[in-house]
Amino acid sequence: MIITVASGKGGTGKTTVAVNLATIAAEKGSVELFDCDVEEPNAHLFVKPQNITKKEVSTMIPSVDIALCNLCQECEKICRFSAINIVAKKIMVFADMCHSCKGCLMVCPTGAISEGARQLGSVLTGYSKQGFKLTWGELRVGEAMSPPLIKKVKDEINNLYNLISIVDAPPGTSCPAITTLRDSDFALLVAEETPFGLNDLTLTVEGLKKLGVPMAIVINRAEESKGIIDDYAEHENIEILGKIPFSKEAAKICSKGLFLVEEMAEIRAIFQKIYQKIYCKIVKTENKGEIK
Amino acid sequence: MKVAVSSSGESLDSEIDLRFGRASYFLIVETDTLDFEVKPNEQNMDLPQGAGIQAGKTVVNCGVEAIITGNCGPKAYNVLESAGVKVVTGVNGTVKEVLEKFKKGELQYSVSANVEGHWV
Amino acid sequence: MRELTIISGKGGTGKTSITASIASLAENRVVIDADVDAANLFLTLEHKLIEKEPFQGGHKARIDIDSCVGCAECLNRCQFDAVFEKLDQDKKPTGKFSIDPISCEGCGVCAHFCPTGAILFERQICGEKYISTTANGPMVHARLGIAEENSGLLVSQLRQRAREIAKKQKIPLIITDGPPGIGCPVIASISNADALLVVTEPTISGMHDMQRVIRLGRQMNAAIYLCINKADLNIEASEKIKEFCNHNKIKFAGEIPFDRAVVESMKMGQSLVTYSPDSEASKAVKLVWKNVVEFMGDLKERLI
Repeated sequence: MIITVASGKGGTGKTTVAVNLATIAAEKGSVELFDCDVEEPNAHLFVKPQNITKKEVSTMIPSVDIALCNLCQECEKICRFSAINIVAKKIMVFADMCHSCKGCLMVCPTGAISEGARQLGSVLTGYSKQGFKLTWGELRVGEAMSPPLIKKVKDEINNLYNLISIVDAPPGTSCPAITTLRDSDFALLVAEETPFGLNDLTLTVEGLKKLGVPMAIVINRAEESKGIIDDYAEHENIEILGKIPFSKEAAKICSKGLFLVEEMAEIRAIFQKIYQKIYCKIVKTENKGEIK
Repeated sequence: MKVAVSSSGESLDSEIDLRFGRASYFLIVETDTLDFEVKPNEQNMDLPQGAGIQAGKTVVNCGVEAIITGNCGPKAYNVLESAGVKVVTGVNGTVKEVLEKFKKGELQYSVSANVEGHWV
Repeated sequence: MRELTIISGKGGTGKTSITASIASLAENRVVIDADVDAANLFLTLEHKLIEKEPFQGGHKARIDIDSCVGCAECLNRCQFDAVFEKLDQDKKPTGKFSIDPISCEGCGVCAHFCPTGAILFERQICGEKYISTTANGPMVHARLGIAEENSGLLVSQLRQRAREIAKKQKIPLIITDGPPGIGCPVIASISNADALLVVTEPTISGMHDMQRVIRLGRQMNAAIYLCINKADLNIEASEKIKEFCNHNKIKFAGEIPFDRAVVESMKMGQSLVTYSPDSEASKAVKLVWKNVVEFMGDLKERLI
């Protein structure tokens, strides 16, 4: 079961919700946490994982054997991204332009092109003190394309029925966020009660409708009993699973990279309820509402 | 000598187009006679990425010795350099004015790109 | 002409609120909202829309079902898992193929190899670009369609348009509100900027992310300034950030306290300095801007 924590706007508290939810989930059963915000991963700052393993990951780019190249220009013609070019009887590859479609390999009549590699960044794993596994991606600074690395992180997900995978998504509504959200069983949207928060939430909801992923909302830094997010959720018929109240104390705890559910009993209770509601929604147990 | 100039219009009185990859036109000019040929660049204007590379190839295929433009990014510069086309950047004014300066030897060739790529 | 880009790495540090205030303080500027997939600047800067045009992104493949012979050539060639077998109304396989536009990378390999020419490869309209007027000069902004690609291209086009406007109207400054992260739209927002103002917050995440975006900025040769938003939420962390700036020779532009006036102004659809000019946060933003202007005075003129 894949639960993805998302929000259009950055800084609404996605990572806070993801790590605290994972902590609660770990007390109830098997859970793994994945941070797909590979441009700016933060979950590991909270989880402080032990026994870290790291693997470098790359994407395919063409590697040309000049001795075999007959300058036929077929590769240049098929490449939509100007990554492979024939200039003055020389072949030039611009590695950072390549989208790894392998078109050049497929059309080359002389077998001059083979699979090379461009570093994307790394995929890391480690274990929290609570015992759950964290997997995260770290995009190489200077690399423009994050979706290929996000896919590599998602490849580590074991989508088993009795294993909960909680995924922390990147902000926005374009390729990185969509790449993360697709194939999720459930999306938990973290919203804040500001005009920016509402605007970006609206965009994310539209995206999820396109993907056909069921969703619910958690309001973070909630201050009002019925605010703009409540009105919107009611109008869109999306359930609000809980509200994490605003407090300077909570902000301070998060700023230090500590777990709200371990520091504040009232917030722990809120997360327990949120988790229970999600569990009932997506894991159809015979005994609805009970978590063993 | 045959040179290419990135231009916003189709005549020698047109303003230089400061962009190279997404220039509106290239004027391919014989500097001695000022005879020229117009090479539209619209196929490159809307490319999702690699406009500089494609424009570089267009200019190289025209068989010019030099290109005179406003800004040239690193990828376009690479393409031009590997084909032995010299690059003059940082000019402005009309094509005619720029060519006058070029003929008087007042413009210097660049040794590298003068701007970052746009990434796209 | 000078170009200043405001970035943060981490989302939600207050980049857009600060940009709106700076755009209200700078007397003659073009402002760009480059956070194209979650644009917010227009919500907090009073403006009047004067121009809009469609944004054409890349190509996408589409299969004409009548011409498809079901050879699976496209399925086998696609590296992006975008091709799937089409099901009929009873969810039975039809033996013909279809393309998921969200997964399609626009590489055209399927269209090239299709033996019957059944695959159309068409340019897509991916959003809309806008020009608006505001009190202190033009605003260039956009809306990227949901789940659309090419945000980097769109950002480049907005910046190009802003430069044209600035040149024509003799406006000396372009301010860009950048997106979060360090990926393609961020790179497109930073490239060729004279200076970056990094807006961070005193949290473990804010500090981590700002270091990554600063590394990116350094790779791209921009001058880097930094300010701390909500600085009083964690004073120890704020002090650490200042030390970091000192140690890494990053010019420190100031710190802005947590202030409810920021959210209040957002709710009123105005920038902080317009809505609440005497609030503590307003005073601090004004000081940040004064410092940035001073820092930028040291920059050597760049030819654009």
